Amino acid sequence: MATAESVVRGTLRPTRWILALAPLVWLVVRAFQGDLGANPIERIEDESGQWTLRFLALSLAITPLIRLTQWGWLIRERRFFGLAAFGYASTHLLVYLGLDQGFDLHDIGEDILKHLWITVGMAAFLLLLPLAITSTKGWIRRLGGARWRALHRLAYVAAFLGCIHFLWSVKKDLTEPIIYSSVFAILMAMRAIRQPRTTR
Amino acid sequence: MLIRRPDDLPSSEITPEAIANDRRRFIGAAGALALGAAAAPAWLKAATPNEVRAALARQDDKVTSFEDATTYNNYYEFGTGKDEPVDQAKDFRPKPWTIEIAGMVKKPRTMGFDDLFRGLPVQDKVYRHRCVEAWSMVIPWQGTPLRDVINRCEPLPSAKFVEFTTLYDPKRMPGQARPILNWPYKEGLRMDEAMHPLALLATGMYGKSLPNQNGAPVKLVVPWKYGFKGIKAIVKIRFTDTMPRTTWAEANSNEYGFYANVNPAVDHPRWSQAKERRIGSILKIPTLPFNGYTDQVASLYAGMDLRKNY
Repeated sequence: MATAESVVRGTLRPTRWILALAPLVWLVVRAFQGDLGANPIERIEDESGQWTLRFLALSLAITPLIRLTQWGWLIRERRFFGLAAFGYASTHLLVYLGLDQGFDLHDIGEDILKHLWITVGMAAFLLLLPLAITSTKGWIRRLGGARWRALHRLAYVAAFLGCIHFLWSVKKDLTEPIIYSSVFAILMAMRAIRQPRTTR
Repeated sequence: MLIRRPDDLPSSEITPEAIANDRRRFIGAAGALALGAAAAPAWLKAATPNEVRAALARQDDKVTSFEDATTYNNYYEFGTGKDEPVDQAKDFRPKPWTIEIAGMVKKPRTMGFDDLFRGLPVQDKVYRHRCVEAWSMVIPWQGTPLRDVINRCEPLPSAKFVEFTTLYDPKRMPGQARPILNWPYKEGLRMDEAMHPLALLATGMYGKSLPNQNGAPVKLVVPWKYGFKGIKAIVKIRFTDTMPRTTWAEANSNEYGFYANVNPAVDHPRWSQAKERRIGSILKIPTLPFNGYTDQVASLYAGMDLRKNY
């Protein structure tokens, strides 16, 4: 066990930044090469949105993983991947506001109010915002462990809203949103099953 | 009225070189916009009011690059991703091809593709193409006015609608193996819409025969309606006195109607139809009623409530 742990730890720590930034770099490179297809803005929105969900799933997979492996150091990766998710969510939102809507506040306001899947997506982002802000050691201390943990359960709600946002954005083929939703459902189920034995 | 007569269309606009230049210009603009937009949203908004944007975008209604028009396709018979049809349709053989003429006609029959079109005029038409998803293109089609084909079919005076059906053959159209839509795809028009001179059965685009991913060998083009009305790979034309069921209206009747006329005043339940992104540029431009063909087609709908008949 100890050797497996040290191998995972030794490779994850130095590669996590590559893991987090590679999709963004790849997206930017293709954008400047004109390699994002006929509707690059739609493509950037799609990919940044999906990477948000992927990193969110990764961060939510850490806790069940720690329970399985007893690798306490993984807890720092939870924050890292949570912040990566927030980074992609911010990219997603900025591209929507700027490139898609041209910062037209009237149109954006109307879109948020009239179209429920936009409302839900915006709500998911707003839930991630306090989590990103309070992700530092200082904030954990200031809030206290119990309150901090309670606050950060908002990540579950954000994940749920993120899946709904994706589901409602799709015209007909629901395959991808269903895959993401299933992954989150499994991660939640793992918590529900383990919870009674570990917390007291 | 065409947005530009075909003889005015310089061939340079469809050469690969022009496409490459467009692409470079777009990417430069995208970068500049990304930086500029982040720094000065107020300036951006002030500098490009809707009218100016519309004028800029429409001053030439520049033809969409051949590459974009043939790699960004909604054609679920060849995959639900817009970049999938170009790959999944590449081995599709659109010839030989037959088209069944059925329903309220003098003589129901099945005709070979060449027999159906033999002797009928082939016209160049540059049309705006507005997708229900709020993007648009400008495409130079070659095809035969639908009404010439309909006249050849000899419909009975009792026929009020015409229904079109796409090929159903999951072996040749792999997307049909999944029940994403109720295959085969069907579309329809009222007879007066179908007889309108703008309605076209396209057999070519950009001076080439219609690419597989764009609906080879023949697709319907109705430029004042949303793109999903433009049924592809047509194998059957049926005349009827009742409004036909159409695939997207059947899939989601709240979102897609039978008429599907381009209408900036009637939103899709999930997004606004007031603006569109012209493929190849970034900022959205206002969408025009009937996609800019109001003068030609509005009289077809006199007295109709276009909010109810969306």
